[in-house]
Amino acid sequence: MSDGIAIDLRNVVKQFGEVKAVDHINMQIRDGEFFSMLGPSGCGKTTTLRMIAGFEYPSSGEIHLRGKPIGSTPAYERNVNTVFQSYALFPHMTVAENVAFGLQMKKVPQPAITQRVSEALDMVRLGSFGTRRPRQLSGGQQQRVALARALINHPEVLLLDEPLGALDLKLRKEMQIELKGLQERVGITFIYVTHDQEEALTMSDRIAVMERGKVLQIGSPTEIYERPTCRFVADFIGESNFIEGSVAATEERIGNDYGIAITTADGLTVRGVSPQPIKTGIAATLSLRPEKARLTLAEPPVGTANNFRVTVERVSYIGSDTRILVRLGQEMIVSVWEQNTRSTLDRDAYWQAGESGYLWWPAENALALTE
Amino acid sequence: MIETASPPRTAATPLVVQRRRSIAANLHAAFSIAAYVFLYAPILILVLFSFTTDAFGARLTGFTFNWYAQLLDDKRLVSATLNTLQVGIVSTIVSTALGTTMALAMERFRFRGRTGVDALLYLPVVIPEIVMALSLLAFFAFAFQILEGLFNISLRNGLATVIISHIAFSISFVVIVVRASLQGFDRRLEEAAQDLGANEWQTFWRVTFPIILPGIIGGALLAFTISLDDFVISFFTGPGVNLLPIEVYSQVKRSITPKINAISTLMLLVSMTLVLLSQAVQRKR
Amino acid sequence: MAIQSAPLNEPNRELERSLQRKQRTQLGGLLGPGLFWLIAFFALPLAVIVIYSFMTPGSTGRPELPFTLSNYGRLFTEKLFVNAYIRSLWMGFVTTLLCLLIGYPLALFVIQAPPRWRTVLLFLVLIPFWTNFLVRTYAWMVILQNNGLLNDLINWLGFPRQTLLNTDGAVLTGLIYGQLPFMVLPLYASIERFDFTLMEAASDLGADKRQAFLRIMLPLTMPGVAAGSVLVFIPTVGQFVVSDLLGGAKVDLLGNLLQRLFQRSNPPNWPLGSAMALIFMLVLTVGVIFYFRNTTEQNR
Repeated sequence: MSDGIAIDLRNVVKQFGEVKAVDHINMQIRDGEFFSMLGPSGCGKTTTLRMIAGFEYPSSGEIHLRGKPIGSTPAYERNVNTVFQSYALFPHMTVAENVAFGLQMKKVPQPAITQRVSEALDMVRLGSFGTRRPRQLSGGQQQRVALARALINHPEVLLLDEPLGALDLKLRKEMQIELKGLQERVGITFIYVTHDQEEALTMSDRIAVMERGKVLQIGSPTEIYERPTCRFVADFIGESNFIEGSVAATEERIGNDYGIAITTADGLTVRGVSPQPIKTGIAATLSLRPEKARLTLAEPPVGTANNFRVTVERVSYIGSDTRILVRLGQEMIVSVWEQNTRSTLDRDAYWQAGESGYLWWPAENALALTE
Repeated sequence: MIETASPPRTAATPLVVQRRRSIAANLHAAFSIAAYVFLYAPILILVLFSFTTDAFGARLTGFTFNWYAQLLDDKRLVSATLNTLQVGIVSTIVSTALGTTMALAMERFRFRGRTGVDALLYLPVVIPEIVMALSLLAFFAFAFQILEGLFNISLRNGLATVIISHIAFSISFVVIVVRASLQGFDRRLEEAAQDLGANEWQTFWRVTFPIILPGIIGGALLAFTISLDDFVISFFTGPGVNLLPIEVYSQVKRSITPKINAISTLMLLVSMTLVLLSQAVQRKR
Repeated sequence: MAIQSAPLNEPNRELERSLQRKQRTQLGGLLGPGLFWLIAFFALPLAVIVIYSFMTPGSTGRPELPFTLSNYGRLFTEKLFVNAYIRSLWMGFVTTLLCLLIGYPLALFVIQAPPRWRTVLLFLVLIPFWTNFLVRTYAWMVILQNNGLLNDLINWLGFPRQTLLNTDGAVLTGLIYGQLPFMVLPLYASIERFDFTLMEAASDLGADKRQAFLRIMLPLTMPGVAAGSVLVFIPTVGQFVVSDLLGGAKVDLLGNLLQRLFQRSNPPNWPLGSAMALIFMLVLTVGVIFYFRNTTEQNR
């Protein structure tokens, strides 16, 4: 009946007074996947998570867990568990008592509880911490207790609300790998909320990008990054150049996409691809990621779709790469990123402001945004 | 009045190692110390003179425990103490229960008339005690009249009226203390409990209550102290009732003897212990 | 347990209603008992004396019909009462002022102490407050009596013994002693929030210590001053224990009169007493509101 869909959100709306925090979202999260909701503060991702957990009820719409409607079931009756951003460990209980709590609520017999608690703590590598109190633990350790406390109940879905937010950078990276590994081992569906795109891209099987209560795009990290459907997604994930103009011509197909050429305001012809055909004369925006364009002193190969003579405006040396801003035509500033593949202190090896060069890229590297 | 010599204090200002003290600063310190002496000297004198052999309690002439021994022989005093304890315990239990539930209601729910209830809770704290005492006196008289007229039940002021009155003014204090405790409470803990399968009832007893318990106990101790120390309200709502502060009052009006010093010292000790206990409980996490 | 979901695009009214019902019962259960108690044994009694204040005193002093305004009339015309008001208000002002003059430097001292000491020092101010008011007032009786400590000191210094007890001065001392902690606590809270770097800024701009205090610190700590003043003024005007014990029959303040009207006189006069209590409350409320409006508006 559930067709491998763990959570199904249909037309879910959550309204607080006049404000629609969640505005008609539809999402299907598959069994066993690591699914992230990504977006800026206020986009509705946390509210959506809370509705799945049962701390809020939808104003309208339905939520199904493996085919069963749970939209109006109280939190304590849902087979779903949450890892909170602030961990929410019970300060008046020991670590072991915290982890045992869910099982006690289910009236599991004590001997079984002791056994399972010990296994759960071992799984998060806190085996000897059972008698300590939360305040005696570091942030990372508290986080693992919160994880154990949730997972011990074998929930059908695990919800994580920005769980790594309070950790320092190095610990975050470590925990990201651990969490991903844990999810793969345990096989439970993880629904993860974050505003950190790198985190989402690293860990997720699929990502839902949200803004102002709406879901803008759902896809794998590659799909989201390489094939953004709208400007917000292209801009929010990584960085992108946006070249605006109107469609001059539709050209031959490139793979599954349609090649198009647009004319910019100052008359340049820029070539890209579009997943759908666009009529001539319609306004279109091409999204070009900075690492997908090349800036060279020498001319590009013959037949390169886009080839422009540009002047370097500003150069930023980041260490592993160099970020160059070039002036294209009269008005446009385009960002180009080059990896510093050569180890050298020779000034001539690096671009300087004022130099000229060729900016070029193949058509398939510039994507027309459909929304 | 401001000593610019001493480092100004803000949240971020660390302690400066050097402190140049000006004359003004020294005067300030001396004045403040004098203020502390002013606050504690009468109490210390009172305690000290409870051991004097001077029958008028005016001078320190010798040292004796005599007066304390006399306390136990004073039947009125002993029964007054027992009555006061009884009133204290009963009124504390009831006002703590009522106050805690009201605090929970005020902190967890939004409802119309909320400011009204807030005002009603605030009034017993700021109203002059004598007005409250007299209004209760009038009210009980009125109520007894009606009961007599309608049901032929004849009641009089007594322990019950005192207890009822004590509860009436203690509730507000308990609410204040418990609300403070609730405001520091992380609601996410309740969500976590529900997430793990605890319904509202279980969540309250296993998570919320244990955590706010120090606040509740602090409020209870406060209510108890207020009840023990109350004079004005007990005086008017229980004119014939034998309560400790009232008994002390009538003895004081007759004469000054070290015996009164003795009972006063004991009362001070009890109050101070209760207050320190209340603070200790609230600070323990 | 799950309530039937509504069609996809309509708000789930049944769920909302059931949630609201549950919330209302919870709220009622929690708020109800306490609220009942407060209304029955606090608000209602106040209403009773309002009514009594308009009635006529019977032969036993208890109120009887008919309704009349004569009580209020007497209160504003008879010298005994007018004097009592004036003296009580006067006592209140002086006590409040002196508490302020003692309390402000004291609070400042505590704030400027090293952080470790601050809680201890503050606590030391509060502890006496938590002990029995009666007992503390009695302590002053012991000190001020004719063969008491203070007179001993005066005698030792070569002066004749004074009658210290049963004077206005004694009452004042007792009042200040009793109410000082009430002034210090709000002042402390207010001064603690004060940003002392503002004083540095003032000094940088040329203000001396006095100017800096009057123009910067005092206005910004006004809320504490106001709160402390109210907390001292109100109980002071209405008290009767201190004036009874330390003032004897000589110092007749509001509280003493009220006590007499309700208990000690022969016969008592409840309607008059009720009216007196009401006027007292009204004057206080008006005064406090007025004071707050003025002092907090200055801060804007």
